[in-house]
Amino acid sequence: MTTFWAKQRTTVFGAIVVLVTAGVTAYALSAIAENDRRTSTATAATTTSLTQIEKGPRILFRHTGRDADYGHVGAVALADPGGARALTDLSCDRVYAQAESISCLTTERGVVSRYRATDLATSTPGKAWREVDGADLPGLPSRTRISPDGQLVASTVFVNGDSYMVSGFSTRTLIRRIGGASYGDLEKFKLVVDGRRVAPVDRNIWGITFADDDRTFYATVATGGRTYLARGDLTERSLTTIADHVECPSLSPDGTRIAFKEADKDGTRWTPAVLDLATGRRTVLAGETHSIDDQIEWLDDDTVLYGLEREGEPVSDVWALDTKPSATPRVLVSEAASPAVLR
Amino acid sequence: MYLSLSDRPTTGAEPRQTGGRVSRTVVTLGIVSLLTDISSESVSAILPLYLTAVVGLSPVAYGLIDGLYQGVSSLVRIAAGWAADRTDRPQPVALAGYAMSAVARLGLIFAGGFGTISAAISLDRVGKGVRTAPRDAMIAASSDPAHLGRSFGVHRALDTIGATLGPLLAFVILWRIADGYDTVLVVSLGFAVLGVATMACFVPFRTGAVRRVTPRRSEPRIKAPKVRWRTVLTPGLTRVTGVSAVLALLTIGDGFVYLALLETGGFAAQWFPVLYVGTNLAYLALAVPMGRLADRVGRVRVLVLGHLPLAAAYLCAATGSGMLWTTCAAVLLLGVFYAATDGTLAAVAGQLVPETVRASGIATAQTAVALARLVAATGFGLLWYAVGPRVAMLAVCVVLVAAIPAGLAVMRRAVR
Repeated sequence: MTTFWAKQRTTVFGAIVVLVTAGVTAYALSAIAENDRRTSTATAATTTSLTQIEKGPRILFRHTGRDADYGHVGAVALADPGGARALTDLSCDRVYAQAESISCLTTERGVVSRYRATDLATSTPGKAWREVDGADLPGLPSRTRISPDGQLVASTVFVNGDSYMVSGFSTRTLIRRIGGASYGDLEKFKLVVDGRRVAPVDRNIWGITFADDDRTFYATVATGGRTYLARGDLTERSLTTIADHVECPSLSPDGTRIAFKEADKDGTRWTPAVLDLATGRRTVLAGETHSIDDQIEWLDDDTVLYGLEREGEPVSDVWALDTKPSATPRVLVSEAASPAVLR
Repeated sequence: MYLSLSDRPTTGAEPRQTGGRVSRTVVTLGIVSLLTDISSESVSAILPLYLTAVVGLSPVAYGLIDGLYQGVSSLVRIAAGWAADRTDRPQPVALAGYAMSAVARLGLIFAGGFGTISAAISLDRVGKGVRTAPRDAMIAASSDPAHLGRSFGVHRALDTIGATLGPLLAFVILWRIADGYDTVLVVSLGFAVLGVATMACFVPFRTGAVRRVTPRRSEPRIKAPKVRWRTVLTPGLTRVTGVSAVLALLTIGDGFVYLALLETGGFAAQWFPVLYVGTNLAYLALAVPMGRLADRVGRVRVLVLGHLPLAAAYLCAATGSGMLWTTCAAVLLLGVFYAATDGTLAAVAGQLVPETVRASGIATAQTAVALARLVAATGFGLLWYAVGPRVAMLAVCVVLVAAIPAGLAVMRRAVR
């Protein structure tokens, strides 16, 4: 046995090398072919010109169809969200827009990936969007929001402490004035949890939503294994918790309610929910049975929007859900993610 | 040399390489590590993207998975060292560890949810914990004691080449195939299988075995010896482990050093992820020279004094105030620190215990250091927020510089 093995081990090893190389190469080649086929296929959706869409209220989104326009920013008319879409050449991982400003977070893949936030202006309908400001990001794009007047932009990224022996993870959230100064890392803001000033090591802040006074915002603050809804103040540079068990808040257009995703007990599945800021009453929108991992957007004062990936298919759709507890969700824009409503 | 080896019985089951060349087994083990590291680091490079962008986990869930990375590995390491010594067969124990990680890669390809992904990642880390100490015991057993440091240097250099090539490979795939995460996982599985095959085919079953085996069936089987902690915890190992653990308590983790550099503004945020590449390259270039140096001037001395570049890195990060050269220096000094200490710790630990419990000895020292670093990371986090990065780094730097001569004195007594 031993001598047999001594003689045959080179043959066995050679056979394994051939098998593994052949298998991996075949897989990679078919993946390349599939990729090339996909990136040269025109979109199946009906398209129209951006000029046409920009004439009225609209929904901006990230196109997720597995075609040549994958990842590009698209727009549909608010009056006909299932209808023709305009597709642009702008490619974003996350996109958001308010007033005349667009925030686009991108990943430049490399041996070392680089991440960037770009701010664009849409002043004239039909005219090309113009880059007005931007910033490098220290990690993977996660969320972006713009204030209702289009002046402030927030971005949340995952910073992953790539290192040789210790791995770490955190989020980093920044707020900037477009064309102006940065408010810096929100972890440096004064933090008040349950009425007490604290400075925990493990704090993470993500998912900003802006009020319309150019000063107040809301965010998720996580510390000690709990998540809180915090009200932030840009002038005082402070964050004060006002509720717990809230993630990725989104303020309704009338400023009275917060839509968010509520985690289950393991913190791995989320259900959309709405919190009334005046009464503190929570409504869990259990009509959505899938786990939602998106920062919710408001279609109007009674309807929320979010992106949801199809099962077993890397394509997202934007769903609409009424904020009544019994409501059931429906697809509003297919092959789309990262929705932003421009009224 | 502080280490006196004249009283060690030399009953190795295989002849040791005594000439100027590095043992073939050491090189083969290095190639196994290289293949395995290409596999694991290509996945690590895309894991954050894959989990958050494709699988759709939120930051918090991803944080939980990342936490698994740290804890699991240390716990199984001692058990695996013990198993390798108890059976007197480090090769199959290490092979099992490599095989577990290969199975974990396969699991990751099919994993779709939080539970299955964390299971696959845990299995990978268990595999890493299982293989490390038996493998280092085999390196020690196959090397000429006079060139032990160099042997570990060669192994660590090959290992780090794999760790550098892995992310590069992942990048090439994602550059050619826009959403080629599945392809990265499949290629990674391929390299893991090649690593296991290399180990199984070219590292003999009896590598690192100490006791003579009975070739004839008629003789009664030799009873497996008991591995007692008393045998493992020799005064020498206890001191080296103790000193290394205390120094590890002052090792705050690369992540914090990089964050401090980001804080002081020595580079644009976009270069943040490139820092570890610099550290890896310095480690890669210096692993063998540092091993040779350790063989010449004393391994314990290099192990302890290897913390000086770490202190210098803290100093650069704390006082650099955003100059490019201090940033580069800090990143490279971290690599010097790893080159001087990582392989050397295994080399020193393996020599301070009887050969029959070598894997347990190495595992003990490595586990103590790993756990101390976990404590250090948490503690330093508190200090960071309490007094700010600069003061915190300077404080740790001062204590570390003070601890180095003390550690040297304690260790010198231990191994003379």
